[in-house]
Amino acid sequence: MGAKTGSSPSVAPLISSSDAASPLSYLKALKLKTKQQELLIRVSVLALVYILAFAIRLFSVLRYESMIHEFDPYFNYRTTLFLTDKGFYEFWNWFDSESWYPLGRIIGGTLYPGLMVTAALIYWALRFLRFVVHIREVCVLTAPFFASNTTIVAYFFGKEIWDSGAGLVAAVLIAICPGYISRSVAGSYDNEGVAIFALLLTFYLFVKAVNTGSLAWALASAFGYFYMVSAWGGYVFIINLVPLYVLVLLVNGRYSMRLYIAYNCMYVLGMLLAMQIRFVGFQHVQSGEHMASMGVFFLLQVFYFLDWVKYMLNDPNLFHFFLRITLTCAISVGALALGVGMATGYISPWTGRFYSLLDPTYAKDHIPIIASVSEHQPTAWSSFMFDFHILLFLFPAGLYFCFKRLSDATIFIVMYGLTSMYFAGVMVRLILVAAPAMCLISSIAISATLKNLTRLIRAKDKALQMGSSRGTTSLKSSAKASSVDQSLPYQKNAAIALLFGAFYLLSRYAIHCTWVTSEAYSSPSIVLAARGAHGGRVIFDDYREAYFWLRKNTPLDAKIMSWWDYGYQITAMGNRTVIVDNNTWNNTHIATVGRAMSSYEDEAYEIMRSLDVDYVLVVFGGVTGYSSDDINKFLWMVRIGGGVFPVIKEPDYLVNGEYRVDKGAAPKMLNCLMYKLSYYRFGEVTTEYGKPPGYDRARGVEIGNKHVKLEHLEESFTTSNWIIRIYKVKPPKNRCDSEDRMKTLAVVTTGSPPLGLRGQKKAVNCNL
Amino acid sequence: MEKYSPPLAILGRTTLLFLLFFSPLSALGSFSSSSDLRILSAEKRVDLTSSIVRVYLTLKVENLGTSHASEFLLAFSPTEAEHLAIIKASSVEGKRKKKAYTLSVSSTDLVDTPNGARLFSVSLISPLKTGDTASIEVLYVLTNLLEPFPAEISQAESQLVFYRDSAILLSPYHVVEQMMYVRTPTNKIESFTRVNPTDRAGTELKYGHFHDQPPYSFSPIIIHFENNNPFAVIEELVREVEISHWGSLQMKEYYKLKHAGARHKGVFSRLEYQARPSVNGASSFKQLLAKLPPRVHSVYYRDEIGNISSSHLRTDYSQSELEIEPRYPLFGGWKATFVIGYSLPLEDFVFESPAGQHYLNLSFGCPLIETQVDSLTIKVMLPEGSKSPRAAVPFSADHHLEKTYSYLDVVGRTTVVIRKMNVVPEHNIPFQVYYNFSPVFMLAEPLMLITAYFMLFSACIAYLHTDLSLVKT
Repeated sequence: MGAKTGSSPSVAPLISSSDAASPLSYLKALKLKTKQQELLIRVSVLALVYILAFAIRLFSVLRYESMIHEFDPYFNYRTTLFLTDKGFYEFWNWFDSESWYPLGRIIGGTLYPGLMVTAALIYWALRFLRFVVHIREVCVLTAPFFASNTTIVAYFFGKEIWDSGAGLVAAVLIAICPGYISRSVAGSYDNEGVAIFALLLTFYLFVKAVNTGSLAWALASAFGYFYMVSAWGGYVFIINLVPLYVLVLLVNGRYSMRLYIAYNCMYVLGMLLAMQIRFVGFQHVQSGEHMASMGVFFLLQVFYFLDWVKYMLNDPNLFHFFLRITLTCAISVGALALGVGMATGYISPWTGRFYSLLDPTYAKDHIPIIASVSEHQPTAWSSFMFDFHILLFLFPAGLYFCFKRLSDATIFIVMYGLTSMYFAGVMVRLILVAAPAMCLISSIAISATLKNLTRLIRAKDKALQMGSSRGTTSLKSSAKASSVDQSLPYQKNAAIALLFGAFYLLSRYAIHCTWVTSEAYSSPSIVLAARGAHGGRVIFDDYREAYFWLRKNTPLDAKIMSWWDYGYQITAMGNRTVIVDNNTWNNTHIATVGRAMSSYEDEAYEIMRSLDVDYVLVVFGGVTGYSSDDINKFLWMVRIGGGVFPVIKEPDYLVNGEYRVDKGAAPKMLNCLMYKLSYYRFGEVTTEYGKPPGYDRARGVEIGNKHVKLEHLEESFTTSNWIIRIYKVKPPKNRCDSEDRMKTLAVVTTGSPPLGLRGQKKAVNCNL
Repeated sequence: MEKYSPPLAILGRTTLLFLLFFSPLSALGSFSSSSDLRILSAEKRVDLTSSIVRVYLTLKVENLGTSHASEFLLAFSPTEAEHLAIIKASSVEGKRKKKAYTLSVSSTDLVDTPNGARLFSVSLISPLKTGDTASIEVLYVLTNLLEPFPAEISQAESQLVFYRDSAILLSPYHVVEQMMYVRTPTNKIESFTRVNPTDRAGTELKYGHFHDQPPYSFSPIIIHFENNNPFAVIEELVREVEISHWGSLQMKEYYKLKHAGARHKGVFSRLEYQARPSVNGASSFKQLLAKLPPRVHSVYYRDEIGNISSSHLRTDYSQSELEIEPRYPLFGGWKATFVIGYSLPLEDFVFESPAGQHYLNLSFGCPLIETQVDSLTIKVMLPEGSKSPRAAVPFSADHHLEKTYSYLDVVGRTTVVIRKMNVVPEHNIPFQVYYNFSPVFMLAEPLMLITAYFMLFSACIAYLHTDLSLVKT
């Protein structure tokens, strides 16, 4: 357009051009400048968003310190440390004898290595460039770095499904969306940190491939998928959503060659690549969760084949006949293959986690260990509000815009949004997966609304200024706007008011996000902070105190028994062997620990002896009022223990269905190991002024058993605020008290480690 | 280091045997050359108030021989020699007490001493003429010598230790008159060997006067007393000093701390410890004090698993004090490791010598007060491009060179590594590292960064101006 207008004055006579061309060329220069300005603004907005996304996640570092948070990140940190220390080959073949004693764990085959490899690569790259960083710093900042990258992907994704304006808005929204921040603050070194980036990247590349039909983009999306598989178990979402999307397109009659190329390339290559991850292995062809993608793959081939036959036959009747036969054959062959696969066990059935996603009540009834995790609980409305804020009602608006301008890309984002919203409702942690979809769809709503409003305002301005002489730009739209203009009164004022409203909403969103990030999502949960009596900040650093004590003052091969929540932290910070940890792969083993914790001391002693336990660690919040301690988790130990060992019965620990620790508590409760270890000598402590000694501040009651006597264990260490208590398991007395114990010990000591465990179970069962 | 074959415990139990061997008769006349001198009066003060043993000797020496005596010998039993951290000596002129220990002391390799007694020679500034007398003050410090007994104690018990020594000064010379004082931290002394005459008053034990003791006299004594002072021993300390000519000195100190007293046994009850820490946990310690140079900034205190949030820093113009608490109180045998790091202004520590060389002037030893260090390593990382480094340490220490890489280092920094075993607070004296450095090298790193950015931007420009597509659209 610029070239055209530029060429016309050159043809004009010289004299007239001298005074007429100068403002025109000036205008031309200005126009080119606005284009550049637009680019400049876009790039600088993106750059600022990139920095913002990184900076907002640093609250935790400023408030606390540069440290790894929570539970799982400690395992990731430990493995990354191992990887950078010993190299990839050792890492891949690592058999970890420090966890799941005496079973051990094959680390290389049971983890998603994407996160560790990413961090190690960043670390090695920085080292190569002579930046002397510690691996901990790299791990702490990995999640914010990838969050920043996600904003860029969100921009391109938004641009792909709507326009660059929506892309920019999406980038801004996702940069500060609390639902995403909750798992990507600095220090939250978890799989999700990189996985959301990989997820969005895969989706973006796939949509791009569908839109263009380009093999290159499909290839790229296959690699994106590979990265996702290597990073997080949530890849199952992709491998089910993409086929579902393809199916929906097929049903809608939107089948095209572009789709065929995109899906086939992505599926075949992605599957082959994913098989390289040992933890995933042949699941793509063997597991029920991946069968949908394979079915759709074959369906597409059938479609293509039919298309070809239709083209070859050129006869509708014959084709219909052929169609019927082919479809019947295809469906029956598919069903038969599936049935045979299932029956022979070649195709594994759906896992419990998958079931619990489809049916939220499944875990509660069947798998207490999944239900016991707080992040697997169904989501409350308040947390939706907390994590999404205005996105929650911009989402439907965005859906409206998507349906209004339906395309392959918008269908995809709609499906992504709706399915992820459902999953977010099932499990709290899956809010994370829904966050990008929410941001993208909301950004369409915001961008489209703002665009319409500004167009109205600007069109009117122009109409007033120029009157009859129209500008060359946006001729069509302004014409449309002016036609609307006549129909509505006070349109400009209303538009301005709405603009201000939108501005107000967005600024509320920004304020809310900052507040949530700084107040709720930036606590490392290892270090606890509270307000002191004088308003000062009090830090409870008891976890690290205890872990460091274990690390320095216990024998190198000491085995620590604790509830599985603390397993990763003990191995990472305490550097000692644990019986169970957060990788809850062996329910029986965890149940054994749960059983030990909920048995009487002498029964528990037998179990602990058979597991070679040297120290027992319990978390106790009675002195400080820290509520997520072991006594409050105890019912889960009973349930999980009772799920495997029926001798443990939940009602024994309850009084009329009520869980209590005071005088009215159940006798078994008052004398079980967990109670004894938590409250040992607590009866002598006065915790609060005006309350009797032994007043439990976490539960607000005076404890029922104040004279706890320990026979087989002794207090080894208690942290300064009593949050962690460590007991040493005493060696057995010289002489056996009874025949039974002799027998038990004989059975246990004869077996090799894994057999020893089995022997122990048998022995204990005989004992009872 | 010299190896001494019998383990200490055996040594302790065979004091009787020693008594026989070190009997005055057996040693007589073995050193004819040194018998020219004799000690007119000797006073030995043993300070047992901390975990480190300090002995102050005041000797009055007379030359009976015909020639000038330029050196003077001190004798130590093999056990003492094993635990000896430092000896300092000074000559007293007039009545004025001068605490500067100026005389040089060196180990001799005379081997034909009775029962392996080790001799150290003190060089006198002016040779002692025939018939003249001189006063010499000697300070020597012994580490790891106090033996906890019982070796394991429970939380509520207080810590008792053995101290072994000789009531009579071990010396290659004839001693005319002598006296020994021993100071203990509290007046709780379980038992002590009585040698006639012995006197006890409060926290002080007196042995002597003894008259006319022949050379190599020995009279073993054992004192069993209470010592609840922190037995804080740094098993290993690595101090890294990074010099940046842009204006700062980065210090990073890695500590491996241990409570070297009687081992803790059985239960640790937090309840009792919190209720009465002075009774239930008397032998433990939970606080350490580090004395840092003034104008220190950016101080941190952390360990392998993160910050330790219990430290206080007080700064004033003469010195800074950093009070640190390990994560948990340390009982006997418990260990902790931590790192202290801080920055110092360059102009306070790096100077230019008249010869045009730069030199670093820093205190040796450990900043923690009243702690012994079993193995100290100081690594001085000179700026990249420095040449001909040379360390000047006022006492014997091993040193060698290394290469280290810090931010944006290409050729690596020359690092002077100084190692010394058995370091006590008396070693906190300045040492120097000389090196040549031309300021041009300071520009290397900024120039490198500028080049890198320039390359990046030119690559961007080049990318935007080239068309890489195969098909022309």
